[in-house]
Amino acid sequence: MEIIGSRRKSFLSPASDAAPTIPIYRSAPELEVRLEDFELYAVHRLRVLKGISDALSRGKKPNEMENVVKELLKVHMSHPEASQVMSKDIISHFVLRLVYCREEELRKWFLSMETTLFRYRFLLETSEAQIALMAEFDLPYKIITNAEYENLKDKLNKVARSMNSSADTIYYKAPFEKVPDLVARREVFIMKGYAYVARSQVVSLLVTHYRSHLSKALILTNRKWTSMIREQEKDRLTPIVEALSTSYLGPDYSQPKDFGEISLRDIDQIARSSFPLCMRYLFEKIKEDHHLKHGGRMQLGLFLKGVGLKLDDALAFWKSEFSKKVGAERFDKEYAYGIRHNYGKEGKRTDYTPYSCQKIISSTPGVGDHHGCPYRHLREENLRAALNNMGVANRALEDVMDKVRNKHYQLACTLTFEAVHGASCDQGINHPNQYYSDSKTILESRNNSKGT
Amino acid sequence: MVREEAENTREDMVIDGVENGHKPNYEIPDGFNSNYLKTYYVNFFPYAEMHKWMSYGNDGKHPGCDASYFGRREFSFTLENDIYLRFQSFKDVDDLEKAIKHQCPFKIDIGPVYSVDPKKRSAYGQSDGNVFRPVERELVFDIDISDYDDVRFCCKGADVCSACWPLMTVAIKIIDTALREDFGFNHILWVYSGRRGVHCWVCDGKARRLDDGQRAAIVNYLHVHKGNEHSIKKVTLVGQMFHPFIGRSAEVVKEFFEEKFVLSQNLFSDEDRYEKILEMIPDESITSELRGKWQDKKRTRDDINVVRWGQLKYLLQSGKQKMLGVRRCVEEIMFTFTYPRLDLEVFHIPIFSFILVSKHMNHLLKAPFCIHPKTGLFNMPPFSIHAVQDTHTHGRVCVPIDPKHCEDFDPSSVPTLSRLLEELNMRPLGSGGEINLENTSLGESYRYFKSSFLHPLLKSCKEDIENAYAAKVQQSSNSLSW
Repeated sequence: MEIIGSRRKSFLSPASDAAPTIPIYRSAPELEVRLEDFELYAVHRLRVLKGISDALSRGKKPNEMENVVKELLKVHMSHPEASQVMSKDIISHFVLRLVYCREEELRKWFLSMETTLFRYRFLLETSEAQIALMAEFDLPYKIITNAEYENLKDKLNKVARSMNSSADTIYYKAPFEKVPDLVARREVFIMKGYAYVARSQVVSLLVTHYRSHLSKALILTNRKWTSMIREQEKDRLTPIVEALSTSYLGPDYSQPKDFGEISLRDIDQIARSSFPLCMRYLFEKIKEDHHLKHGGRMQLGLFLKGVGLKLDDALAFWKSEFSKKVGAERFDKEYAYGIRHNYGKEGKRTDYTPYSCQKIISSTPGVGDHHGCPYRHLREENLRAALNNMGVANRALEDVMDKVRNKHYQLACTLTFEAVHGASCDQGINHPNQYYSDSKTILESRNNSKGT
Repeated sequence: MVREEAENTREDMVIDGVENGHKPNYEIPDGFNSNYLKTYYVNFFPYAEMHKWMSYGNDGKHPGCDASYFGRREFSFTLENDIYLRFQSFKDVDDLEKAIKHQCPFKIDIGPVYSVDPKKRSAYGQSDGNVFRPVERELVFDIDISDYDDVRFCCKGADVCSACWPLMTVAIKIIDTALREDFGFNHILWVYSGRRGVHCWVCDGKARRLDDGQRAAIVNYLHVHKGNEHSIKKVTLVGQMFHPFIGRSAEVVKEFFEEKFVLSQNLFSDEDRYEKILEMIPDESITSELRGKWQDKKRTRDDINVVRWGQLKYLLQSGKQKMLGVRRCVEEIMFTFTYPRLDLEVFHIPIFSFILVSKHMNHLLKAPFCIHPKTGLFNMPPFSIHAVQDTHTHGRVCVPIDPKHCEDFDPSSVPTLSRLLEELNMRPLGSGGEINLENTSLGESYRYFKSSFLHPLLKSCKEDIENAYAAKVQQSSNSLSW
């Protein structure tokens, strides 16, 4: 795999007038790409893959997935210059190969998402484009002869009718293990180890080959990465690649804008109605204990900044709680500095950004800490109690706990959001401040419609 | 010679506390203990055949043979007191034999073939180049009659009788046919698990090299009976017509259910039992009509179960019934009772809503020709079709079952440890030395194992090794030629 850098090579010439089809990424492209685009394109594609991952975990059915993929591509993978869409597609795929080749778990995830992406892109294509793609794959399977078809017609028809559809006219004969998804659902006739795949089902064959090819390519990429590229690129591409697999991809909420500020008066009520569980939990703990350890102060403090709590109000809030335990003087001496620091008024004067879900989930709260992600870090009975307090019960509660058991913490939070607000949250929760702003949006629109 | 034999057996057979007044040598007390087991391992366990099987032709001299192959197979031993030893491996048949005779495992399990000798696994990390991982493993199925406890009323748990054992026969027929006709596998060994079930070993090269996803596909294809103790409807058959596999299986299911099972289990003569069936019918008017009919206790000329099943079928499938869901209930009921119930591990993969995996490559399964250690009283039900008087009921050998004649298999006639030891003692004078296994009650099992399973398998393995080698040679000579 060549590393794409600023070498003087020509751009991919715009595709001929044929409608854009799906690249199958057989070999690394001869393309020039700017360093900024190297990362940017990868991030955009990653949004698509993460969107697919989310949709799958939520159990979206195949016909829904087609739309999901179509939307994701439209939103993230377009480009102002139509001729650059294909380049972006190819470049982003190969950059992500570098990012995701490095560990078994990463490879599995990438393989799974890219294969799914391919499957639905294929299904979205026109018939002609599909045929062209099939030719590109150059599969070694033959279409059954008329004689064979006559022999098997009855059985092929039964299979079709078992799916409440009708038999196709063209069937490919392939070893059964090449279409495991069709075999698993008994959507194909098999005999003596061969599956008779209808023309309309050919995507399953292609997906198997696509997957197999990409799997091997990832192993090779990993070898090259470890033996050569990582060292060679340690000052340029390597840091980008290493950061990409753990990146949070949403807005950073460091500058609260949409909802103006919140005042201390409102904070209790806002916490009840619009805070995500992690922040509610911290908020309640500080009310209970009149203290929070460092991790909790950072997580809650930055979040409050993100929702629009001004520095003066923040100082007043923390002071009123802490002084009940440590006294006003000690608060001013030991804790005020930290709060001002968060707002960029001390020290480096960096404006710190509120933590994303990813960051919070991967934190490691210790004894006496209350920060972290409660879906991950709380014991089951405590989590259930906390959710009950938020008004999540019965079926909804069980659904949330099911996601927790499967380690889908953000999905658990999303379901909580949906249960509390009685509304769906399609893009999922990625950031506590996003939970807050989505909540406010819903509540404001309800207030508005009530008002009129 | 008798005394010498007696001397030998007395040493082998020391039983705790029984010093004086022990029974004459040719009557072995029933039971299972490690001394008996040792005698079994010394005299009866077929080491050479097991080694040949597990080598899959690699113990030959052909240059294509992989001499490391057998040594990379994992075995596990369960010793007395439940001590469990995993990752056992042996470099050849002598090594295997020595270890088994020395340790006398109560149970031997067979695991996968790994990339390297499992005993050396800690030398290998998880990094890409040098990984310890399974590379080959037979496709296996494990069917246990206790999974049918909700539909059999003659026995429960580990008990089996001639009324319910045929459920295993149905499972063998359906799965064996699918494996051969649909999936094209040829080298399939069915084994009695020693007490209450059967195991299936699919040994074709292609089967051994299937990955987890492909195994999942096969298991899902076969998986029709879904559901746990909480779901009422365990079988749902959708579609205007049946997939050919379902259609073929339906014939086996129907024949057994209608001709044997409703009768042997008295499914319709007891109100509790037939209520469970009525629950599966989605049409209240039909169920109440049937209930009404069946309150009538008058005697019928034919068996009451047959009559009532007939009435149920008539109502569900009469011309008046338009809803496919109602008509289909007939098959669904039959499948619910008698379709094979596979032992599965369930997990959720997002792409297909429920994918069930038979066993991952890692799993271990009991080896054939082991002895089942659990003692259990042989169940003598009041209405057994043929009552078998057998004083030897414990320590049954896990013998192969011929799928072509699986209806004839009778678990109560499977040789037990005590019967074999008795046969050992009854050898005529002067016949010392090694026992000829063919002349014991295990003889038929050995013959079947060797001629119907092992020889065809090894012939095919030899061809595969030779072809693979030839292809490799061809390939390297091609790459040199340009």
